[in-house]
Amino acid sequence: MAVKSSLTNMVAVLGLTCLVCSALLGGAYALTKEPIQAAAAQKTTQAIAQVLPHFTEVEYNQEDGFYTAMDGENLVGYAIESSVMGFGGELKLLVGITPDGVVYNTAVLAHSETPGLGAKCTTDTRFMDQWRGFDPSVKKLAVTKDGGDVDAITASTITSRAYTQAVSNALGVFALLNNQEDPDAFSGDSVVKIEEGGQDNE
Amino acid sequence: MSKMKLVSDGLVKNNPTFVLLLGMCPTLATTTSAINGLSMGLATLFVLVLSNMAISAIAPVVPDKVHIPVYIVVIATFVTLLQFLMQAYSPSMYETLGLFIPLIVVNCIVLGRAEAFANKHGVGESALDGIGVGLGFTCSLTVLGLVREILGSGSAFGYNFIGGNDGMLAFVMAPGAFLCLGYLMVLFNKYLKKN
Repeated sequence: MAVKSSLTNMVAVLGLTCLVCSALLGGAYALTKEPIQAAAAQKTTQAIAQVLPHFTEVEYNQEDGFYTAMDGENLVGYAIESSVMGFGGELKLLVGITPDGVVYNTAVLAHSETPGLGAKCTTDTRFMDQWRGFDPSVKKLAVTKDGGDVDAITASTITSRAYTQAVSNALGVFALLNNQEDPDAFSGDSVVKIEEGGQDNE
Repeated sequence: MSKMKLVSDGLVKNNPTFVLLLGMCPTLATTTSAINGLSMGLATLFVLVLSNMAISAIAPVVPDKVHIPVYIVVIATFVTLLQFLMQAYSPSMYETLGLFIPLIVVNCIVLGRAEAFANKHGVGESALDGIGVGLGFTCSLTVLGLVREILGSGSAFGYNFIGGNDGMLAFVMAPGAFLCLGYLMVLFNKYLKKN
């Protein structure tokens, strides 16, 4: 407060402050870069392990946003990233599908649903457990309100519909994968829109 | 001013949430549960203490006309540091608080304490002031979060005690935030006047 402002001291102080601060941040960025990546990678691995049976190897197809999980030589299943618009924004799921076309389990990767309502899609066990072993050839993939077999979260029909839509999209991708002899030849130019890339951290 | 008084002033007499009504945006938005309120409070406490100390140290050499930009740069630096650290070591907390961490930069509590206190006092006193106001903010947010969580989701600190999922949902959403804040403010100020 005490210093009288002049052009030189203003430029000097502001410049010096910015220099010191950016140096600090650069250093902090370099130091935390690895842990941040490790945390993101660990999160993905955990999500895949949650939605698929035991596997030993996993391969990521970044272009089309799905993981192929193998146990030795055998195909365990696909974990497919699927994102739709929920009530509060993007709702991004990872849907594990075994080779017979049955949903093994689902996990929420990112969401911005209302706390206490739609956000229950990550905590409401009654809602989450019905996706375990959901067989789309037996059950109808729509919420009960729309004449299907998916029990919606109380007071969160929009979120439940979006969730169902995301699973349905993932099953669409799976159908395309299954019809292709070489999954690597799968191209993203299909009607089914899925999110590309995996990282959601900035 | 005694050291204890510096801290207790921030907690009670100058309580940022219930008395000064500063930082309302993160207060209303992040207090959907006690844990969320607590983490937001602690994040702000961290930034507040460090920025108060840094600003009180550099204040004597900062020319008057550029003091606001300089303070903002200092505050933004600490916030970004916090953001990196949270992303690296507490990613789930970072996800919950998400957007509100970068917004600490423009939280009027932080700049307010820099302007009103830190640039006129020494490093030690400013640190204590930061701790006091930061704790005041943390406590208010935790209490507000706790009340909203109990009414809205029937749980406290994530522990569900009504056995079901359904509380009075309005309290988890924005209108409930205003209602709870209003009533807590009344109670707090009534208590203050008595003493």
